[in-house]
Amino acid sequence: MARYQLPDPSVQLVDELIMRHIDRESSVIDLGCGDGRLMHRLHQEMGCHVVGIDFEQKNVNSVIQRGLPVVAADLNKGLADIPSDTFDFAVLSQTLQQVQNPRQLLMEMLRVANRGLVVVPNFGHWRVRLEVLRKGRTPITQALPYEWHESPNLHFMSMFDFRELMESIGLQIVKERPIIRGRSVDKAWAANLRADSAFYLLERSPAQKPA
Amino acid sequence: MPSNPHDERDNAVPASVGIVETRFARLFSDDHPLQFQIGAELASVTVAYETYGTLNANKNNAVYVCHALTGDAHAAGLHSADDEKPGWWDGFIGPGKALDTNEYFVICGNVLGGCQGTTGPGSVDAISGKRFCLDFPFLTVSDIVSVHSELVRHLGIKQLLAVVGGSLGGMQVLDWSVRFPDQLRACVVLASAPKLAAQGIAFNAVGRRAIYGDAGFLKGQYYDSEGPRYGLALARMVAHITYLSEDSIELKFGRRLQDSDRFAYDMQKETEFQIESYLHYQGKRFVQRFDANSYVYLTRAMDYFDLSEGYESLAEAVKNVQARFLVASYDTDWLFPTSQSKELVSALLQAGKHVSFTELHCPFGHDSFLIDLGPLNEMVGPFLEQA
Repeated sequence: MARYQLPDPSVQLVDELIMRHIDRESSVIDLGCGDGRLMHRLHQEMGCHVVGIDFEQKNVNSVIQRGLPVVAADLNKGLADIPSDTFDFAVLSQTLQQVQNPRQLLMEMLRVANRGLVVVPNFGHWRVRLEVLRKGRTPITQALPYEWHESPNLHFMSMFDFRELMESIGLQIVKERPIIRGRSVDKAWAANLRADSAFYLLERSPAQKPA
Repeated sequence: MPSNPHDERDNAVPASVGIVETRFARLFSDDHPLQFQIGAELASVTVAYETYGTLNANKNNAVYVCHALTGDAHAAGLHSADDEKPGWWDGFIGPGKALDTNEYFVICGNVLGGCQGTTGPGSVDAISGKRFCLDFPFLTVSDIVSVHSELVRHLGIKQLLAVVGGSLGGMQVLDWSVRFPDQLRACVVLASAPKLAAQGIAFNAVGRRAIYGDAGFLKGQYYDSEGPRYGLALARMVAHITYLSEDSIELKFGRRLQDSDRFAYDMQKETEFQIESYLHYQGKRFVQRFDANSYVYLTRAMDYFDLSEGYESLAEAVKNVQARFLVASYDTDWLFPTSQSKELVSALLQAGKHVSFTELHCPFGHDSFLIDLGPLNEMVGPFLEQA
């Protein structure tokens, strides 16, 4: 799956935000790993045991070229080939909005890993709302730079929507960090209006954790 | 004569290893015999093998190639300048190819029980002075690998950079990685499986039945006569269908007729359709180069293969594996379907091993790993560079 393209500084920001929430030498599965950029950093800088998942053979070859393991799989079909409780962390960065069944993938993610790290664009951002209101057209912003007919994004969710989904499928948001104008912040006033995207650290709710 | 997909191997890359020769090694001894898995012993085993490229001073650039059911040690290059065909994996082994002979020392040995120079049921038993025939010990994939492993030691190599194989060759790679984990750093397993599924056993059974049912089989003691030519050809015809795919067979032959554009309506006529002619040709050619007893032994070895045998699970079986894995299946392969490769990959992931997996798209069915070498070169080359 092609990763949603953010401008370069954001890519680095998001990668580093994710890395800050991953333990050194832990095991990590990167869902929609692309060419393995984040995997490479996790491996090199943090000594993590990383495995990538990607659907495109070009990306599979790139990850192999980096000397890292990658399993070709379609995230739209779930993670059936990944055994349960195999990883400490699962990363899903800028990909959730592109899969057919986000709800299923999030649950799968926390089946194979203890904790999930998700970064999604926030469609509740004021610019998005303004574009719709003013022009009556599908919004095109820096974070959402696509025409409606060529966008890889299938789902449009706001931070409120995401929270609601987590509650309904019984996943806990351990941490939420809005990303506002290229900076991730602890807490923000009216985050759903101001954040371009948001970072979440997820866990299974206590009832769903393995004994 | 219809052309043969096997002859269409991707030889687009002109660089070749050139003229090569098959060599022979005598392995094991009275003090150090080959121990078969079922308990039998052989004090001497001859192995036919070829090598390409140069072993470096540190002896750490060797790659072993495991051939499939009816392959041989001649994997690349030509035996003489006027040789019609290069070795069976010539598009994959050579300068600039995935198994780059500028970098690696590539070894390929004929399997134990085979009939292309390595000791097998057609060889003469040193003790009785007669050919083994069906008195040759029952052999398994592990026994085949024990001999490969011994050949590597004989060549003075402690650890292989990689072991590579497709189909039955892939099974050898798997067995090797589990039984001699420190003898290899990387594994490439193509169009293979951690065990042969019922469907595979079924087709092998039909092939063996065709051989046993041939009056020329003579309980395997046919070396002074013509042998079970008809049965062996039939076995090959059936097996060959399993190596193709619906797409490839349709594309290549369809319902086209062999030598007319209208039906003959003639019960005496053996080949009406092109596909018939093709299968007959495959059968006939196979009889010229393969021994029926070897076919019976090797298909049995394949039937019995189950990497998880003796372990609680497949993940448990691969627990001590040290090598990195690259596993690839083909979307049109119904003999070794993707689901079986995925089972292996899941087990390796569960055991926390380094494994990469992909399903390649190719219309040629199980034989894809011998034919469609472009995508394979692109993936296996970089994998070995990092091994």
